[in-house]
Amino acid sequence: MLSDLTLSEEQKAVREAAREFAEKEFPKYAEESDREEKFPFELLRKAASLGFVGLHIPEEYGGQGMGLLAYCLAVEEFWRVDGGLGMILSTTFGSEMILMFGSEEQKEEYVPPVARGEKICCSCFTEPQAGSDIAAVRTSARRDGDNYTINGVKTFITNGSIADYYVVLARTSPGAPKRSMGLSVFVVERGAPGLEAKKLTNKLGIRASDTAEVYFKDVAVPQGNLVGVEGEGFRQAMDFFNLTRIHTAFQAVGIAQGAFELALEYAKNREAFERRLADFQVTREKLAVMRTKIEAARLLALQAAVEADRGKPDPGLTAMAKYFAARVAQDVVSESLQIHGGYGFMGDQAISRMYRDVRVLEIYEGTREIEVELLARSLLGELPSKLGAVRRHPLR
Amino acid sequence: MRIFVLVKHSPSPESLLRVSADGKSLDPTCLTYDINEWDRYAVEEAVRLKEKHGGEVVAVSVGTNCDATLRKCLAMGVDRAIKVPAEPGFDASMAAEAVVDVLKCEAFDIVLSGFMSQDANNALVGALAAAKLDIPFATAVTELSVEGGEARAVRELEGGYREEVALPLPCLVTVQSGINEPRYVSIMGIKAAKAKELKDHPVKLGDATVSTERIYAPPTRRAEIISGAPLEVAEKLIELIRSKGVLR
Ligand SMILES: Cc1cc2nc3c(=O)[nH]c(=O)nc-3n(C[C@H](O)[C@H](O)[C@H](O)COP(=O)(O)OP(=O)(O)OC[C@H]3O[C@@H](n4cnc5c(N)ncnc54)[C@H](O)[C@@H]3O)c2cc1C
Repeated sequence: MLSDLTLSEEQKAVREAAREFAEKEFPKYAEESDREEKFPFELLRKAASLGFVGLHIPEEYGGQGMGLLAYCLAVEEFWRVDGGLGMILSTTFGSEMILMFGSEEQKEEYVPPVARGEKICCSCFTEPQAGSDIAAVRTSARRDGDNYTINGVKTFITNGSIADYYVVLARTSPGAPKRSMGLSVFVVERGAPGLEAKKLTNKLGIRASDTAEVYFKDVAVPQGNLVGVEGEGFRQAMDFFNLTRIHTAFQAVGIAQGAFELALEYAKNREAFERRLADFQVTREKLAVMRTKIEAARLLALQAAVEADRGKPDPGLTAMAKYFAARVAQDVVSESLQIHGGYGFMGDQAISRMYRDVRVLEIYEGTREIEVELLARSLLGELPSKLGAVRRHPLR
Repeated sequence: MRIFVLVKHSPSPESLLRVSADGKSLDPTCLTYDINEWDRYAVEEAVRLKEKHGGEVVAVSVGTNCDATLRKCLAMGVDRAIKVPAEPGFDASMAAEAVVDVLKCEAFDIVLSGFMSQDANNALVGALAAAKLDIPFATAVTELSVEGGEARAVRELEGGYREEVALPLPCLVTVQSGINEPRYVSIMGIKAAKAKELKDHPVKLGDATVSTERIYAPPTRRAEIISGAPLEVAEKLIELIRSKGVLR
């Protein structure tokens, strides 16, 4: 990997440690976890014992305090070997919301066990009628004295059936003047009466990752479980995604890199017309373009992560990185499969699994279209982004 | 116990190999480097000895570019690291001389190294260093224990045989792969490594004992398919074997 211009010695060491771990451990689980749609608990435990799980979470909350970029580098290396298994680094997904907006008590209670990999967190935004349009959330949280009572259905929730903590976006003020107003975030614990989850099976890809529908039937949570400010849920969710989309960009860089390596190896060894595939000009161009796109995507992802580590993620740079990296990953994985020919299609090769796994990257954490929209808003000054700082051309 | 372990930051045998323009060296740009595979086992064995007997493990590496590998050792549980900023290349005697220069300034009970390095596969540095220090050594060790002032080592011999030897301390052993299962580098280890000492030990090395005349890719050998009637094929085959000097 070339783009390490900005990496510290420590970050390089993290990347290498993650690479070694994934290279040696993932092959033991990849095929079976995918086929059986089995969450790799054993692998999670191993990764957690080595400190990979809470890399980005501050030390005072049980994490490794290494910053977002270090975490992202581990994500990239894990996804390079297998995307579904790479999702073990998303068992902290949602804890970022508590870290950004939660009270001190909430941070101390919920974050450390998640950072240590002992508990699993999930984030519940999406509903059957509210995906990209999360302001369409109908799940309600009604204030009853000292409690809120939550009712509604969430779907496509990563870790939904295995989570210990559920970070939930719900409507607290049904009559608010705008749909994006009157939303709030809560944390609900597994086992709360009325909370149920059903694992969704037969996904196209990342089948090692758990995805579930989550039901809230009169789930009572104390007021102390409100995360952040009542009515600010939408804004909090946007800030949350500005951060978490960055590691999604690294998921994309990782899987693209993995697919490229498989393609290169295959092209050097497979012969047709008495030559190696790597000797055909067409294949050579494919490899050259694939590698260039990956490097460009990696640099954008690095830029977004460095920006976040400097203080605050930039929504435009994050959207750019996530949009581009996810796009590149589709192209690269598809071209890699093309180079593998029928052997790639028949399903027993890692590239077949990558072809299924990669697809989710343009859907979750903001669809491709939503990233483009966020980019455009950034350019036009409708979002607080550096991309809005455009000079006027002298020949206008 | 004072344990030293010799490690090399060395090119992976899976790297792309390109001969440099001078025809005498490998072009380093295409090489991927890592801790030498055998040294990983040596480091693990050294750390295990310390965990059992207490004491200190010190890693020593010769090379101008070996910081990452030394930091990896520190992250795996080595206590401090010494870098000898010299480039002996494939000159095993010079590399051994550099290591010995360090060891002469330190007190040690046992020195571990990998059986060989993954680039040149010479398996020389350990043995040469032991000879220069005039201490007993054992190579290709697959089991090791230290008790009552001596090291007991099981060595791997040709043909699946084993040999058990006892060496009075201080001694040197070169470790065969598979002696243990090296631990993964943990994030906690990486953080702990930050506070550990990594110091330079400059040396003045003597004259080279090896000079490289030429490095080249071996000529590609082609397979030949012998066709024809069985009798014809057999005759051609015998002729071929004879021409290679196998049959007289
Ligand atoms: C494996 C997986 C895991 C997931 N994990 C989670 C999770 O942990 N938590 C969670 O809350 N959600 C999760 N999701 C849900 C995910 O975030 C949504 O699927 C995503 O936001 C898209 O919503 P949707 O599926 O309802 O599609 P829709 O929003 O209905 O979109 C359908 C299509 O219309 C396009 N579209 C929508 N609006 C616009 C617009 N304004 N302009 C142009 N085009 C538009 C979309 O880009 C898309 O192409 C997960 C999804 C998957 C598949």
